[in-house]
Amino acid sequence: MSSTAAADRPAAARTRSALGAARRVPVRVWIGGGVLALFVLAAVVGPVLHPYDPVATDLPNRLLAPGERTEAGAVAWLGTDQMGRDLLANLLAGSRISLLVACATVLVGGAVGLVVGLVSGYFGGWPDTIASRVGDIQLAFPSILLAILLAGVLGPSVTNIVVTLAITRWVVFARVARASAMATRRLDFVDSARVLGAGHIRIMVRHVLPSCWQPLLVAATVQVGLVMVAEASLSFLGLGVPVDTSSWGATVSVGRDYLGSAWWISTMPAVALALVVTAVGVIGDGFRDVSDPRSRI
Amino acid sequence: MGAFLAKRLAQAVVVAFGALTLVFVIVRAVPGDPAKLIVGPDASAGQLESVRSDFGLDDPLWRQYVDHLGGIVRGDLGDSWRLGGSALTNTLERFPATLTLALAALVLTVAIGIPLGMLCARRPGKVLDLVVSTGSLAGQAIPSFWLGIVLILLFARHLDWLPATVDGSPAAVLLPALTLSLPFIGWLARLVRSSALEEGAKDYARTARAKGVPEGTIQYVHVGRNIAIPVVTVLGLLMGNFIANAVIIEVVFSWPGIGSLMVDAITNRDYAVVEAAILTITLSYIVLNLFVDVVYFVIDPRLTPEDA
Amino acid sequence: MPVPDMGGEQRAMPVPDMSGEQRAMPSTAGDGARTTGAERSPAARLRGVHIGFGGRGDELPVVRGVDLDLVPGRVTALVGESGSGKSLTALALMGLLPAGARVGAGSVEIDGRDTAGFTDAQWRRLRGTKVAMVFQDPMAALNPSFTVGWQIAETLRRRRGTGRRAAREQTVELMRTVGIPDAEHKYREYPHEFSGGMRQRAVIAMALTLDPAVLLADEPTTALDVTVQAQILRLLAARQADTGMAMLLVSHDLGVVARVAQDVAVMYAGRIVETGALDDVYTSPAHPYTRGLLDAVPDPARPGRLVPIDGQPPAPGHRPAGCAFAPRCPYATETCRTDDPPLVPLAASRPGPATGQHSVACHHSDRVLARATGTEVPS
Repeated sequence: MSSTAAADRPAAARTRSALGAARRVPVRVWIGGGVLALFVLAAVVGPVLHPYDPVATDLPNRLLAPGERTEAGAVAWLGTDQMGRDLLANLLAGSRISLLVACATVLVGGAVGLVVGLVSGYFGGWPDTIASRVGDIQLAFPSILLAILLAGVLGPSVTNIVVTLAITRWVVFARVARASAMATRRLDFVDSARVLGAGHIRIMVRHVLPSCWQPLLVAATVQVGLVMVAEASLSFLGLGVPVDTSSWGATVSVGRDYLGSAWWISTMPAVALALVVTAVGVIGDGFRDVSDPRSRI
Repeated sequence: MGAFLAKRLAQAVVVAFGALTLVFVIVRAVPGDPAKLIVGPDASAGQLESVRSDFGLDDPLWRQYVDHLGGIVRGDLGDSWRLGGSALTNTLERFPATLTLALAALVLTVAIGIPLGMLCARRPGKVLDLVVSTGSLAGQAIPSFWLGIVLILLFARHLDWLPATVDGSPAAVLLPALTLSLPFIGWLARLVRSSALEEGAKDYARTARAKGVPEGTIQYVHVGRNIAIPVVTVLGLLMGNFIANAVIIEVVFSWPGIGSLMVDAITNRDYAVVEAAILTITLSYIVLNLFVDVVYFVIDPRLTPEDA
Repeated sequence: MPVPDMGGEQRAMPVPDMSGEQRAMPSTAGDGARTTGAERSPAARLRGVHIGFGGRGDELPVVRGVDLDLVPGRVTALVGESGSGKSLTALALMGLLPAGARVGAGSVEIDGRDTAGFTDAQWRRLRGTKVAMVFQDPMAALNPSFTVGWQIAETLRRRRGTGRRAAREQTVELMRTVGIPDAEHKYREYPHEFSGGMRQRAVIAMALTLDPAVLLADEPTTALDVTVQAQILRLLAARQADTGMAMLLVSHDLGVVARVAQDVAVMYAGRIVETGALDDVYTSPAHPYTRGLLDAVPDPARPGRLVPIDGQPPAPGHRPAGCAFAPRCPYATETCRTDDPPLVPLAASRPGPATGQHSVACHHSDRVLARATGTEVPS
């Protein structure tokens, strides 16, 4: 059918340009990828190699500046905190929480959003109306307020943080999935599948779902960065992880009281967070450029 | 124009209603005893009992919801167990401080972001353009609470130019406002830049050149008026963003606004105040959106009432 | 052979030739460079102009060696298909080539001065006074966010330093001159409140504000309804006749050209392939492309005689060696595919007043002319 051919041609052109763009990946995307890889490595193996004890106190070694030696002779590369705990170990432990929360939130929020978006985009009608209205209302509501309210009501725990942030993020994924599903369901090959007697579930999984992956992946990359900042913000406010768990945001908050004497306590985790989030942002931009060449200005 | 406004107003009411319901559901659906949430963790059994009857907590949920909405309509959101007195009054007393902070941030963003974007558009791809585009990316990645701390360290502690916390002087608003606006200055500059480049490539800019109008005039007058429409739209949204984001900044700077009140209330489980704060912020958010719609309508001569 | 019929109004009207009275008329715009009489120097002159994109304007050549004289009191038409380089040629006269395009070789002279190396400020001083332009799409050419009156008055205010009130009065007067009714009221309206024809009148008023010596009209009627095209053409012709300015009419429409122009230059693939007085070119086209264009104009007197030109013009950068028209030309021979014919005066032609003699760039102009008189059929 002619419209199938018309739909295939831009798809082919897109693949070709995507390949071309992949060959021309800018240096900054490579750097961003490097930073991200380092972060993931630190989160996975760091705490094993350099364990952190959140309840330890080592007062003789408290507030050591970065590079100073502890009494035991070890170098505290990033300094020590007010209890004499090594900041590097703290950061490595915090990176694990950051990564865990970011991945879990994007997976949970993404899964919920994907299902809601697919159903509302594919079927339309009242499921779509309800989902869209709920989404509108939630977006009219500043997401930081919703997160603070939820986190405050649920109480501090890693699981609650993930639930909270997933609730604030699902709408974004639902919109992306809905747009893709709506664009796909009218295409001829979906119609032919329907004529051949394929069920709705089968059509959604086999035909509509594949068209959602690329935009969802771009959205997920952007959201990973936002979620990491949101987790750190909540932990900074004392509404995030429990007090005995390391989090970059919580460490920044603790360090506020020692700004005059030990700037590194607040600065190190914040720099780590900024680096990782920038890296994710750069990669997200790269993804978007590859998937949509028009977005380049 | 009247019909257009009525339509937007109706939408705003629906959204506000939805937001209220959302807050009600979250607070009531929490596991645990709502009476304990309201009265505080250290309440006696007698207190709990009186709160239950006062708040109608033994009533069915739908009844509570109706009463709750009725209370909101009357401006009664309950009392703050911690501060004493009406939760709404306590909240509204803090509102001007938040508004001041958000407005100052908006002024900073506009005063720096728009000229910066225009300059970038004059020489796209040159040094300034690259610095701004990189800076805007970094500005959005740096966590705002830490940025606030760094600014305090630098300007208040190190240079001793500006007060770090509220001391009654007007300069006290500068640091928190700067913290709030910095991530958005680069963002606005990028938006202005791309709109100016897009508009500058249109035929009417060429017509102006053909009349012998200097480039600067073309950019700031001819193109400027046309990009005012998207920019003004964004400013309303920015203001809403600032009011919401002020929550964290207020905590960092101990700024006596709604945000710090709300975080205090959350940690102390003073839910009447939390609801009042969220209601106030959300309503101002919605009102700003409404305002943007109206302004948009007023400044674009092409929009006639039929377009609404 | 009669002048081919251009349809509509044109049929009743002979090809206007105002050149005689024009030349006798003293120049109204007090411009020092202008002289009266046949020997008056051109207000703008192109010599061997090349325009291209990339590098020094030579990586993708679009215009390749154009000569053109724009003489006060005369309307010269630049005719060709889209992509032939005619609009770029006009924009080069304004110093308004699009980004990436530049004049690679040749000279663009305005008011006797070579514009090579002109700064922005130098160009700005020429625009509006020496050269002004009317654009194709009046909706896009007007700024949607300002009133039409403001946009016309702006030229006076910025260029002449005219005061607000005086500029307004002059603008209203100018709007009346270009046939905008109720000008006082229309002054305060926005472009979207104007009809297409009124918008183009406003654009014309804007171009005429500073009494330019040369008016460039780039497809001024293409974006308009057929019903108002004739009005706009009549307005342009009248303003040109009144002011005695030189005018370059860029068009793909031979009918439009026949109504207004006295001289014509036919462009193909970036070169002028035939030029001369309108009468000469229309009655005895000597280039097969001109011949083809004229045959492609619908002729109600002879239905069925409509002959399209087969094929497409070559894209810049893919032009063949030799004559660019050869692949589409029924007269083409081996020579045409190897040697690009120069533009040379026809032996039998009489010298035209502005463009000079009827000239053609074709190896086989004799055969084309012979066919025009019906004695030879091309092989």
